[in-house]
Amino acid sequence: MEAHEEKPIIYTMENKPIVTCAGDQSLFTSLYTSLAQQLPRESMEWRRSYGRAPKMIHLEANFVQFKEELLPKDGNRALLTFPFLHIYWTDCCDTEMYKASVKDDMLRWQSTLRLHGSVDWLIVVVESEAKKKNKTNILPRTSIVDKIRNDFCNKQSDRCVVLSDPLKESSRSQDSWSAFLTKLRTLLLMSFTKNLGRFEDDMRTLREKRTEPGWSFCDYFMVQEELAFVFEMLQQFEDALVQYDELDALFTQYVLNFGAGDGANWLGSFCAPVKRWSGLLLRRPIDMEKRELIQRGEASLLDLRSYLFSRQCTLLIFLQRPWEVTQRALELLHNCVQELRLLEVYVVQGALDCWVFLSCLEVLHRIEGCCDRAQLEANCSHTVGLWTYATEKLKSLGYLCGLVAEKVPTSEDLNRTVDLLAGLGEERPETVNSLQSPYKKLNEALSSVEAFEKHYLELSHAAMEMYRAIGRMRSARLIGKSLAEFYMKKGDPERAEGFLDDSLRSYVAEGWRLQVTHTRKQMAECQKLLQQTEDYLQTSALLAGDANLTEEERKHFCQEILTFASQPPAPSDQTVALSMAAFAQLRQMQFSPPGAVVHVGAALQLELRVRCLMPVAMQVEQLAATLHFSLEQGGARGRAGSAQRRAGHGPQGQGDGVVMFPQGSPLAGAGMGASLPPALELYEMQDRSPSDSSLTSTGVVCKNMHLLLRRHDSSASLDTPTAGALPAAVAVDDGAQMLRARDITLQPGDNSILFTAPTGEPGSYTLRQLCGSVGRVQFVQSHIYPVVQYEVYSQEPQLTIEPLSDNLLAGIPQKVTFTIATGHYSVKKGDALQLSNTDSMPILHSSCCSATVLSSTGGQPSIHPLERMGESALSIQSSEKVTSISLPPTPPYHTLEFQLEVLCHIPPTPFKPDIERLTNGEVRHRPKSHSHVDSGMINIDQKVSIDCPWSIYSTLIALTFYVPFKAKHSILSAGKRKYIQVCLQNVSDTNFHLADPVLTERQPTVSMELLSLNVKTQQPVCSQQSVFCLWEMRWAKPLPLCLQCAFSASFAPVSASDTHTAFKPYRYEFQLDRVSTLYSLKAEISPPSGDQHCRTGALCGLEVSITRQAEPSETEGEEEESTEIEGLRTTKLMYEVVDNSSNWAVCGKSSGVVSMPVAASATHRVQMEVMPLFAGHLPFPNIKVFKYLPHNAVPAIQPDTDSCLENDTISLLDKGLDDQGDTASIRSRGSVHSVGSGEQQRGLPMPRLEPFSPGQVFYWSQGRQVLVLPVTDDHVMEVNVT
Amino acid sequence: MLTRLKTQVPLFSMNSYTKLREKLKLSGLSFASTHSHVIRLGRHSRHNSKMAVCIAVIAKENYPLFIRSVPIQNELKFHYTVHTSLDVVEEKISAVGKAMADQRELYLGLLYPTEDYKVYGYVTNSKVKFVIVVDSSNTSLRDNEIRSMFRKLHNSFTDVMCNPFYNPGDTIQSKAFDSIVSAMMVQAS
Repeated sequence: MEAHEEKPIIYTMENKPIVTCAGDQSLFTSLYTSLAQQLPRESMEWRRSYGRAPKMIHLEANFVQFKEELLPKDGNRALLTFPFLHIYWTDCCDTEMYKASVKDDMLRWQSTLRLHGSVDWLIVVVESEAKKKNKTNILPRTSIVDKIRNDFCNKQSDRCVVLSDPLKESSRSQDSWSAFLTKLRTLLLMSFTKNLGRFEDDMRTLREKRTEPGWSFCDYFMVQEELAFVFEMLQQFEDALVQYDELDALFTQYVLNFGAGDGANWLGSFCAPVKRWSGLLLRRPIDMEKRELIQRGEASLLDLRSYLFSRQCTLLIFLQRPWEVTQRALELLHNCVQELRLLEVYVVQGALDCWVFLSCLEVLHRIEGCCDRAQLEANCSHTVGLWTYATEKLKSLGYLCGLVAEKVPTSEDLNRTVDLLAGLGEERPETVNSLQSPYKKLNEALSSVEAFEKHYLELSHAAMEMYRAIGRMRSARLIGKSLAEFYMKKGDPERAEGFLDDSLRSYVAEGWRLQVTHTRKQMAECQKLLQQTEDYLQTSALLAGDANLTEEERKHFCQEILTFASQPPAPSDQTVALSMAAFAQLRQMQFSPPGAVVHVGAALQLELRVRCLMPVAMQVEQLAATLHFSLEQGGARGRAGSAQRRAGHGPQGQGDGVVMFPQGSPLAGAGMGASLPPALELYEMQDRSPSDSSLTSTGVVCKNMHLLLRRHDSSASLDTPTAGALPAAVAVDDGAQMLRARDITLQPGDNSILFTAPTGEPGSYTLRQLCGSVGRVQFVQSHIYPVVQYEVYSQEPQLTIEPLSDNLLAGIPQKVTFTIATGHYSVKKGDALQLSNTDSMPILHSSCCSATVLSSTGGQPSIHPLERMGESALSIQSSEKVTSISLPPTPPYHTLEFQLEVLCHIPPTPFKPDIERLTNGEVRHRPKSHSHVDSGMINIDQKVSIDCPWSIYSTLIALTFYVPFKAKHSILSAGKRKYIQVCLQNVSDTNFHLADPVLTERQPTVSMELLSLNVKTQQPVCSQQSVFCLWEMRWAKPLPLCLQCAFSASFAPVSASDTHTAFKPYRYEFQLDRVSTLYSLKAEISPPSGDQHCRTGALCGLEVSITRQAEPSETEGEEEESTEIEGLRTTKLMYEVVDNSSNWAVCGKSSGVVSMPVAASATHRVQMEVMPLFAGHLPFPNIKVFKYLPHNAVPAIQPDTDSCLENDTISLLDKGLDDQGDTASIRSRGSVHSVGSGEQQRGLPMPRLEPFSPGQVFYWSQGRQVLVLPVTDDHVMEVNVT
Repeated sequence: MLTRLKTQVPLFSMNSYTKLREKLKLSGLSFASTHSHVIRLGRHSRHNSKMAVCIAVIAKENYPLFIRSVPIQNELKFHYTVHTSLDVVEEKISAVGKAMADQRELYLGLLYPTEDYKVYGYVTNSKVKFVIVVDSSNTSLRDNEIRSMFRKLHNSFTDVMCNPFYNPGDTIQSKAFDSIVSAMMVQAS
């Protein structure tokens, strides 16, 4: 029974707080089992000092027999052996016996306790029925207890408890048990609190003395560890861990302070050279060996750290926190290395590596021992650090001991290995039987090159696998790279290559240049060993252009390429194609001419600016750019379209013909490109309406929007590096056409190379591939981006004729410009333009005519100003039919310009406008869409037919001329006298001089003469103004029915310098019908009889007399309808009194029909009554006369009433406008005589009215007025204000 | 230059927006209290001049925008260290989860220790990473100091981003930023 063992074993950690038992040992033995079982069954709350949180703890105890030696002596602070409670057991139930022996025994016990200052005791009185029965003189139970209480527990009556029938299953027994246990627990806790509190106080006091000279950390360590032990004993692992953490921190701080120059004496022992590096030992709960070393103050720093960590590890595992162990282990190992460095402790080279390696593996083994596989796999992230650390350390040991080489280790290496292994000491007994112990592993790994490789690879792969599993690809690759270095050392480049490639890809993808350079260098070495010539050259090229390398290194790699390039090519292998990106960077391309649009055969130069990345000047035998030729559908399309497209052409369309290449970093053609967002590519966009090519909208379009707006993966995945370490194999394609430059030297830095672009065929040329050849090596850039292209066009010759001014005016000579764009046609000597002459538009030519030749080599004349090339005289020969213009010789794609004077004759008669006259005399109607219709100008489209030397067809070119004048005529009468007035209106914008207006008869009759009443022979006609001319007609014989007249005048622009020669004729022909006066009308208003004046409201008499003025002439007679009554020829007239202004009211009949004798001076008078409606000078009412035609008469000419109204000649007559109104008023009033077609429509034979020609009726009373007085008693005057 | 200006204009407004957002985030930083059990025995001034040995700014796409280390001959090693630390940065970012991404603290803490160095990380809301490498022997730098270094770095970086002449994604060549970084690094004496 352990309770009775002499000395507690403290290192098993099966410790429990010690409780001593005195008194009846056999009694206690009988109760022990149930006591030990029941004590931990319930938890108790432990309230603690210093504000620490209360805890529920399950108490256990180690019951030992009371011995005086157990009680601590003064100064002995051992807590583990400290008895926390003393119990005295008795089942005495009779007074005699109590008095005789038990009391004395208890007194002795008490005094011993008191002597040692222990106040934690308890007396247990066990009562049992059985015992009572046996005894005869039984006292009441209470009396013994009372006695004991009385004797021992003054004031502390609770120190004595009764346990009734403990071995029986009764409720009484149970109650007493529970009361007892509660008491026991309470007292135990009280004792803990008191004793631990005292201990902690002492401990703190000790800690505060740490600055005193004699203080020793090791002593203090032992004290605080005691506390940790007690907490551990009480299952308070958290508290125990805190004790160790505090010790850890304290020690760490001392080391740091030592490093800072504040050394403590006791630290001296830790600075001793490290002699043993056997690693951590975590398999024992307490490493007593190390503990003793610490106790004796002989521990080294590694011993102390190892011990401390082993304790922390134990507690953490108790606390189920294995992953904290791994984390702390890594920290510890790093820290130890640092501390040894800081304390300048001498360590054999490699010893620490051994220690770290062993420790890492030990920790991992320990963790594996307490976790299952699934847990381990799920927590790789916690262990992988240790795996990596172990790998690193093993690697460095391997390098140290000469195990990483192709050769066997030297004797020096072997000596070192032996030294290192010696420091490991003997293998610990715990692991002797384990095959995989860290000790064995290290021993084996250092034993031979092969074993080392095996272990190293095993560890490396394990670590890599774990990193991969948790997605730490970069870390995995770093190990891979380190493996690659190992393989390279071992002379095994095949296996190294994969790892290097993988790493390089990821560095390139993420754009870490130093790593890229470093890894690439290793790669180059590897590829050289593997004799992968092409890859090696490519890598060399990249390295030669790598700015992160030194000049020497770069030159070395450059030389590698040059050496290869200069070797004579073996028949078997072809040239080696390498990526241009490593060799040179394209900076910009510049076209000259900048438009990059030229005509066939024109010179187009392309300047390529290249930045050579090589460290030395490179002799390039040929630099060629292959061209992709595509025959565009509009190979010879018009210039405008091409220019438009070109203008809005993104990077190329900057107007200066420069294409800039985006500047990536030299190493990351793809890598940086993938990570950086692409630049905006903006293009101008113009939307033109298809009908008249007017701009409807314009804007800016982003062409690479799909790239910019693409969602970027926010976590750049490393699993699939986008760009290879080596650019993909480049293929040289053999284009038919190429730009070529031979034997050029590319200096490091920017170079400029000039290419001459082929422009043989019209179409679009796109630069595809750039290839530079250096010996056997070709540097190829498979794509040129942004797209560089130029266009070659072929243009048909073109002739245009344009006026110099806005409009061409007919009638005066004006200059027009002939422009010939030669296009692909070359104008040879003797080539001539043949213009068909027309009468209406003669070509006026003078000898001083000269032509200008303009060059348009810039491509687009619309963009680039033309360059004047030269001038030469034109020779123009005119024959009857054609005018021939000999052209000066002009090269293709030039512009020939000359000016000619043309004149378009104004057609004499008022011709119908909008009729095209072709030179061949055809008349053709064309749609009335003319801009000058509004201004009233009449236009003449004059077509010119030209035979050009380049075409078998005639070219028709239309010129539009505008007639500057508009003429109108009218006839004015005064009785029998007649006057002709001509109004000439200048409708153009030019001011003219008008001279010599003449009116003539076209078939001159002797009988008539025209007397000019015009004063001036010459007068100006300003723009939009009119000039009136007047002639009187005199005649002897009766006039013919129809008169043909012609008005002619000369005009010249005011601006014309030479007025005499500049005067040009203008002619206006017109016809006058029925000019002579037939009837004269006279009206007379007479006041009522007896009155001197007319008065308003009073009827006045109106007498109209119609007088026949002339004998009917033969011609006129024909159309006059006359009837013969009694030998007297009469004709019927209808008269009508019309008063438009409502001044008069006609009373009774206002119209009537009279029969007029057809004889001169025959007069007919009509009496009517009218009433003035207003007072004042009233104008006479109008009186109109019509021919009254009976229904049976068929008029020879039936003038249409409607056309009468619209006829200009009528409307301009003296009474014309009034007549129109009157006719309307007649109709609306519905007066007796209705006129016009209305009645004819009924189909009834009705008489018709026919108006006279203007001038046939003369109204004498036109404009006469009569005075009307107001009615005398009428005082109201009406005033109309309008 | 003029064309460059033109293209920059719209970006400028975006930058200032980002800046505002990130500054707002900064103000919400909380500081976790350090381990309470550690007993401090007082500070020593010898290490105070020692600070970071390597400072790196890494773009969202994980290529370096800026990287500077103290001993030039060891530059490559620092590059490897910083690059590898991205693994842990990504792990830490993804561990937070998408829903909590807005409330995420920018400071990631110690990414991983090595025998010689401690690597700390910080991620802006636009996924730009800052990495500071500190010598392991440098124990004077506490968590709070590392945080404040990151904050300074972040502020200076925001200033760089606000520069209309800076093209986001280009390597940082700002003198102001460089001097801030220099101040945080060990003075090579």
